[in-house]
Amino acid sequence: MNKNDQIDLSAGMVCPLPMSEYERVLLAHGGGGTLSHQLLQKMIFPQFDNELLRTEHDGAIWEVNGMRLAFSTDSYVVKPIFFPGGNIGELAVYGTVNDLAVCGAQPLYLSVGFIIEEGFLMEDFWRIVQAMKKAAETAGVKIVTGDTKVVERGKGDKIYINTSGVGLVYEGVNISPDQIRRGDKIILNGRIAEHGMAILSAREEFKFQTSVKSDSAPLNGLIAEILQVCPEISMMRDPTRGGISSALNEIARTAQKGIRLEEKQIPITEEIKAICEIFGFDPLYVANEGKVLIFVPPSKITQVLQVMHRHPYGKEAAVIGEVVDDHPGRVIMKTLIGSNRVVDMISGEQLPRIC
Amino acid sequence: MKYIDEYRDAQAVKRLSAQIKKLMTREWTIMEICGGQTHSILKYGMEELLPAELTIVHGPGCPVCVTPLEMIDKAIAIAQQPNVIFTSFGDMLRVPGSRLDLLSVKAEGGEIRMVYSPLEAVKIAENNHDKKVVFFAIGFETTAPANAMAVLEAKRKQLKNFSILSAQVLVPPAIEAILSSKNSRVQGFLAAGHVCTVMGFEEYIPLAEKYKVPIVVTGFEPLDIMEGIYLAIKQLEENQYEVENQYRRVVKREGNRAAQKMMQEVFEPVDRNWRGIGCIPNSGLKLRSAFMAYDAEHLFRVDAIHTDETTECMAGEVLQGLKKPLECPLFGKACTPEHPVGAPMVSSEGACAAYFRYRK
Repeated sequence: MNKNDQIDLSAGMVCPLPMSEYERVLLAHGGGGTLSHQLLQKMIFPQFDNELLRTEHDGAIWEVNGMRLAFSTDSYVVKPIFFPGGNIGELAVYGTVNDLAVCGAQPLYLSVGFIIEEGFLMEDFWRIVQAMKKAAETAGVKIVTGDTKVVERGKGDKIYINTSGVGLVYEGVNISPDQIRRGDKIILNGRIAEHGMAILSAREEFKFQTSVKSDSAPLNGLIAEILQVCPEISMMRDPTRGGISSALNEIARTAQKGIRLEEKQIPITEEIKAICEIFGFDPLYVANEGKVLIFVPPSKITQVLQVMHRHPYGKEAAVIGEVVDDHPGRVIMKTLIGSNRVVDMISGEQLPRIC
Repeated sequence: MKYIDEYRDAQAVKRLSAQIKKLMTREWTIMEICGGQTHSILKYGMEELLPAELTIVHGPGCPVCVTPLEMIDKAIAIAQQPNVIFTSFGDMLRVPGSRLDLLSVKAEGGEIRMVYSPLEAVKIAENNHDKKVVFFAIGFETTAPANAMAVLEAKRKQLKNFSILSAQVLVPPAIEAILSSKNSRVQGFLAAGHVCTVMGFEEYIPLAEKYKVPIVVTGFEPLDIMEGIYLAIKQLEENQYEVENQYRRVVKREGNRAAQKMMQEVFEPVDRNWRGIGCIPNSGLKLRSAFMAYDAEHLFRVDAIHTDETTECMAGEVLQGLKKPLECPLFGKACTPEHPVGAPMVSSEGACAAYFRYRK
């Protein structure tokens, strides 16, 4: 069968399959790096094109009767489903809560979709549901609608969860990559790469002894306090899959601004550094689940840091870089030895099914 | 981090870089052999700290990069067969063969698993008696002992379903090939610290003498590399050509005898094709005839596969240190880490990938 035979012409005129070097979807297309980016740019964005999607933000924001609503969705396929510091259920709640929070919104209502493999232990399902209940209470959101599907044994891997959520954008807050300005400082609320390495340590093929735990946490409380003292925050993003490098590259590209990082300012523990060295991971590309990158105008840095340092999820907040006019679209880092290097978006897949 | 942070100390690196500048009275060209060193040089932006009169060229020491196309086609042909679990280090999965890569074979339903050690592949064979488990044994002298150990382990456990596809290569014949090429502009070498951890450095002494080049056994952290360069430049300026050991905290003159013995028991030298360079005599390792039962090339009858390279890609010149990645017309255009044309763009240790990632 040649490529053209695969196109369904029954519905009349359809767009041809976009040119791609790949005949099939690879794991790396879901890695949050360059291949994911290309999949979105080639196949998704042009087809669904509209003004809300075009902002390429973590969620869509639109106005109804003078109120601005935020809407976001995410699916969770993490393996293993129980890992040090969390589980897939908690992750599914906090993930969407955080996606709404970084839109500058107060998360309100979530939907939950479960896809469960036949034979999945009822006890494990119960643990997950309990964890989601607790996570929703902690984050102050309600799960108000949902769906459950079961697939045959062997056709899914235990359980997949989708959550979507709506929130109310705080008044006077306007968060978007195109809002970032030269001189904006970039704050990170704590130590990087903990979620990714916690997952790695729990994987069957790696299993090693470590005290590392996932940083999975709801960030809406912290973000609400920050926005209270500084509604001028231009941009926020939770650097999950693909790590802080992918998040910052996406922002730099969309905003067409340069970003400068200081390697020595990036918070990371000795243990995480050591695990990354051994397994050949670059911590800048490793997933986080309780971290947020915040772009703050320089005049408000002290106030924002004060608020953050008082909050349990911001105690180790640090300024790790700033927005510059040079090298638009790219992230450059001053290394530990004082030279400069490009921090590129990850191209392949470091560790599939991280969240 | 102990034993790491000390070797990434900005002040110490700057002091050495100033000393190198002070030493140099003329232009010099040095090659670092190992892809791990190439990666560090680019990752830490070290060329920024070195004098413009010093040219650093990147050598062929990236096992993924030098594995010839036909070997990748053989791996793909094996991985596509039913009842096979094909195991490999992660980087190798993305190297394009002449039509496919191993990850695409996986997406088509082939059972391909990424492992961190050949012993993991042995374990997979133990747990899957109904499947034939093949490990893609690539690498230099650094990986050869572990690969030899995997074969010995499979033999000890009387496994009938484990084999390796050997693409092992050796460093000294490659250095000799570079030095004996009339185009070579390399005046000094940083030898690969981890290879010498296994092999020691006695075998480099005749090379240094024959070609009158200093060879400095060097580690992988920024301070190691700076010191390696400093020692090489000092020798060049003083008209010396000796084998020196910068990586003393790890490398001993005689290397690791136990590892060498295991390699010799299992492997023997063979002429091998290097991607982009061509055939180098006695530069590879193949299984000895006593271990034929573990030789995937033989078991799966893929010996006949022969593939030619694309001509535009400059991987060969890059791997010999004749060209820098940025001089290749395909770099960053037709050839990117997502769609690599040549292998140096694939592996994280490849010179082209390091340039793309850190210098683009």
